[in-house]
Amino acid sequence: MNLSTFTTKKALLGGIFVVAAGLMLAGCPSQQAMIGSGDAAQKTYVAPGDYDEFYSFMSGGYSGQVSVFGLPSGRLFKVIPVFSQDPESGYGYYEESKELLNTTYGFQPWDDSHHPHFSQTDGVADGRWLFINANNTPRIARIDLTTFETKEIIEIPNTGGNHGSSFVTENTEYVVGATRFSIPHEPDKDVPIDSYKENFDGALTFLKVDQETGRMNIDFQMVVPPYNYDLARAGKGKSADWYFFTTYNTEQAHTLLEINASRNDKDFVAAVNWKKAAEYVREGRATKMSTEYYHNTYDPATSMVVSTKKDEVLVLRPEDAPGVMYFMPTPKSPHGVDVDPTGEYLAAGGKLATVIPVHSFSKMLEAIENEDYEDEINGIPVLRYESTIAGEVENPGLGPLHTEYDGKGFAYTSVYISSEIVKWSLETFEVVDRIDAYYSIGHLMIPGGDTKNPYGKYMVGLNKTAKDRYLPVGPKQNHPAQLYDISGDKMQLLLDFPTIGEPHYAQGISAEKLRPNIKQIFELEENKHPHATKSVNDARVVREGNVVRVYMGMIRSNFRPDNIEGVRLGDTVYFHITNLEQEWDVVHGFAIKGGQMGEVLLAPGQTKTLKWEPTRTGIYPFYCTAFCSALHQEMQGYVRVSARDSDVPITYRTGNI
Amino acid sequence: MKISNRILFALAALMLIPLYFMPFWTISMKAPQFPEGIGMYIYINDVQGHARHNISSINILNHYIGMKEIDVEAIPEIRIMPWIFAFMIASGIIGAFTGYRWILTSWLVLFILLSIAGIIDYYLWGYEYGHNLNPDAPIKVPGMSYQPPLIGTKQLLNIKASSWPYWGSLFIALSMVTAGLALYRDYFTGADKNGTESAISTKTEEVSA
Repeated sequence: MNLSTFTTKKALLGGIFVVAAGLMLAGCPSQQAMIGSGDAAQKTYVAPGDYDEFYSFMSGGYSGQVSVFGLPSGRLFKVIPVFSQDPESGYGYYEESKELLNTTYGFQPWDDSHHPHFSQTDGVADGRWLFINANNTPRIARIDLTTFETKEIIEIPNTGGNHGSSFVTENTEYVVGATRFSIPHEPDKDVPIDSYKENFDGALTFLKVDQETGRMNIDFQMVVPPYNYDLARAGKGKSADWYFFTTYNTEQAHTLLEINASRNDKDFVAAVNWKKAAEYVREGRATKMSTEYYHNTYDPATSMVVSTKKDEVLVLRPEDAPGVMYFMPTPKSPHGVDVDPTGEYLAAGGKLATVIPVHSFSKMLEAIENEDYEDEINGIPVLRYESTIAGEVENPGLGPLHTEYDGKGFAYTSVYISSEIVKWSLETFEVVDRIDAYYSIGHLMIPGGDTKNPYGKYMVGLNKTAKDRYLPVGPKQNHPAQLYDISGDKMQLLLDFPTIGEPHYAQGISAEKLRPNIKQIFELEENKHPHATKSVNDARVVREGNVVRVYMGMIRSNFRPDNIEGVRLGDTVYFHITNLEQEWDVVHGFAIKGGQMGEVLLAPGQTKTLKWEPTRTGIYPFYCTAFCSALHQEMQGYVRVSARDSDVPITYRTGNI
Repeated sequence: MKISNRILFALAALMLIPLYFMPFWTISMKAPQFPEGIGMYIYINDVQGHARHNISSINILNHYIGMKEIDVEAIPEIRIMPWIFAFMIASGIIGAFTGYRWILTSWLVLFILLSIAGIIDYYLWGYEYGHNLNPDAPIKVPGMSYQPPLIGTKQLLNIKASSWPYWGSLFIALSMVTAGLALYRDYFTGADKNGTESAISTKTEEVSA
C-alpha cells in the first residue's frame, strides 16, 4: 500500500469518525474545533526516519527533570536528569553527579522543576543553554544543549520556593530567581510563624550569566515586601531593561492562603529595572549580607563537579534604589505576566480574575514620569491601575493563567478553571477564538512564543489532568499535552500525547537550530578526568590504604580488567570507569551484584565513578547493563571480596586463561 | 625533444604532487548499524577514516572476526610510497629538463610497472587481512573469508564493502596519460625522428661538431 492511498483511506475514515463523533457528542464545543482526523494525522505524521520540525523541552514538574519531545509528532526523545536522581542513567548516584545535587541542606535526591528557558540572543532563543528552576530547595540549573546534560546547579539563598524563575533577559545577561514563600533571611533563624510581618522578607535574585561558559553567578538580590512572588518575565526591545514579576498574597497571610491570600481585589505586577539596579550595585549602593548557598559547576575537561559553598550575597533595598522598582496593581492574584513580542504589552493572568488585564509598558513609563502614584510601600511607588492599563480582555473564561504570542498580532491565554485556550487580538483586546483543553490547562507554549520572533505555527497545551483521554492506567494518570495548529484563523486540535511527570512549562525551538551543534561522542583525547583510563593498557587496580581504585576501561565487548581480586571487607572501592568507544551511541553500563549505589551508563569517551563498600565476602559478578553489541552478554566480570584480615594481594586481569 | 613536449612531461610529473594531499583509494562499508556509512581513505602517506574515529570503529568491528588491526605504523608501504612518488616527481622533472627521450620513456614504463605493483600489493594486503584471521575470534563462519574487493562492491556478512579509486588516482591517470601524450607527440609528430631533438642535445652536437 503506498502512502497516498493510505492517507486517502485514513482521511475518509477520519471523516466518518468526525460525523459519528458529532452525532454522539452533539453540543460538545470541542467537536467544532476538531478537524478531520485524517487531516490532523497528516499534519502530525513524521515518516519513519524523518525528523520533527521542532524540539520541545518540557519541564518534568514533580519529576524534577526535563523531557525532550519532537513536534509535531509528540514523540519522546529523551529525559534529561536535572534535579532528581535518575537510576536509569546513574545521575545522582555516581560520584561526580552527586556533587551537582549538593545544597546547604545536604544532598537533595529530588526537586520540582518548573520553568525551562532557553538562552537568548537579540530576544530570540539561540540554542546554547537551557535554564530551569528548582521550586522546592531553591536552585537554578543550566543544561548544555550540545550534550543535553546538566552542567551547573546554583542554590538561591533567602528564598523559599523558587517559582518565578528561570526567565532570561533578551541577551541572556541575567537569569532570575523569585521567592514564592517569603521567609526570614537570616539562615537558621527560629521565630514564631505568626511574626510573619516583622521577620519575613521576600527576595528577587539576579544571576549574571557568563557569555562564554554560561556559568551563573548571583550578582545581587533585592529584598522586597513579604508577598508571594509567582512568575517573572524579562522585557523585550524597548522594555528589555526591565523584569516583571507577579505577586500574590499581598495580604501577607501565613496560614490558609486559599482564603486569606484571596481577599485583596488587586495584587501587584512588580516592574524592576535590572539595568539600573545593576548600576546601583556597581556604584556600591548594595550591602553585603552573610548567607550560605552552594554553587556546583561541571568542568567539561575533567568531568568533575566543583561544589563551592559561598557565604555572602549583595543586597539592594528598593528604598536605596530610587527608580528601580514599581508596583502595578493587577486584579486577583495574578499568575503569569507575559510580554508580547514588541515589548509593549504585559498580559497578566489572574488566577481568580474574570478579565485579562493588559498593561502597557509605555503607559507605565509615562506614569512613572508623571509620578502618578497611589501609594508607596517600602520605598516602592504603587502606580495607579488606570494609568498603566492598556485594555482588559473581556470574557476570557475563568482563571486565565499564561499567555504566549504568535507574532501575527494575537495572544493565546490558557484558562485553567474553564479549561480552554482563548485567542485574542492585541489590537482590539477582544477574544477572537477559543478551544477546549483536556483538562485543566496550566502553561501553554508556542515555539518562540515568549520571544521577539514566534514561529506561530504550533501551540502546545500543558494540562494538569488526563481523565478519560487515553487508555486508563489506574487512579493516577500521566499529564497530557495537546498540540494545536495555530497557522490559520481558527485554532485546531491536532494531537494528544502523555508526558513525563508534570509538563509544567516548555520551550520550543526549530530543530535546525540545535541539530548541527549536537555532539555524537566525547573525545577521549580531551578527557582530562583525573581517573580516566584512556587505553586498554592503562587499566589497573591500585590499593591506597583502605581505598581500592579500579581504573576500568570498557570496549566492545569486554571490561579491562574483568577479574579483580584482593578487595577486603572494610575497603572502599572506587570503580573509575571509562567508555573507550568513539562511536556514536555505543553506550556501556556497569552494575555489580548487591551494589547499593545503583548502575551507571557511560556515553562514548566518558569517565564516571561508582563508590562501592562491600559488606559481605564472596564473589561478586558485574556486567555491562547497556546492550552494546552482539557479545554484550559476554561483557561481564568478577570481583573477589575477602575477609578483613585476609592477605590476598591485589591482582587483576582480562584474558589469558 | 621539443620544448613544448618537455613542458608537457614536466607537468605530468608535477601532477603527482596532489597525491600527498588527497587519497587515491577509498574503502567504504555499509551496515545496518552504520546508516551514515563507515570507511577509510588511503593516501600515499596515510590511512584515514571517512570520519574521525572510523579506523578505530572498523578495528572494533573487525576484532569480532579476528581480523588484524589496521595500524598505519605497521604498513611499510605508507612509509615507502612518499619517497617513491618524490623520486617519480623529481626524476620526471629532471628527465624533462634533460629532454632525453630514453629517460622519459623509461620513466613512463617504470611508472606503469609501479602502478601494477601497487595494485598487486593492495590485493595482497587485502588477502592477508581477509584470510589471516585470529583462530580465537568470537565470530567464525566456516569457509568465510573477509577479503575486501580489489575494485567494486562485495557483501561480507552484514557489511557491504566497496573499494574504489579516489581523486588521487585521477591524478595518477592524468599524469600517465600526459606523459604518454608528450612521448607520443615526440615519437610521431616531433621534428627529429631519431628522438634526439632537444635543445641540449642539439647544442652538444654543435659543440662536438
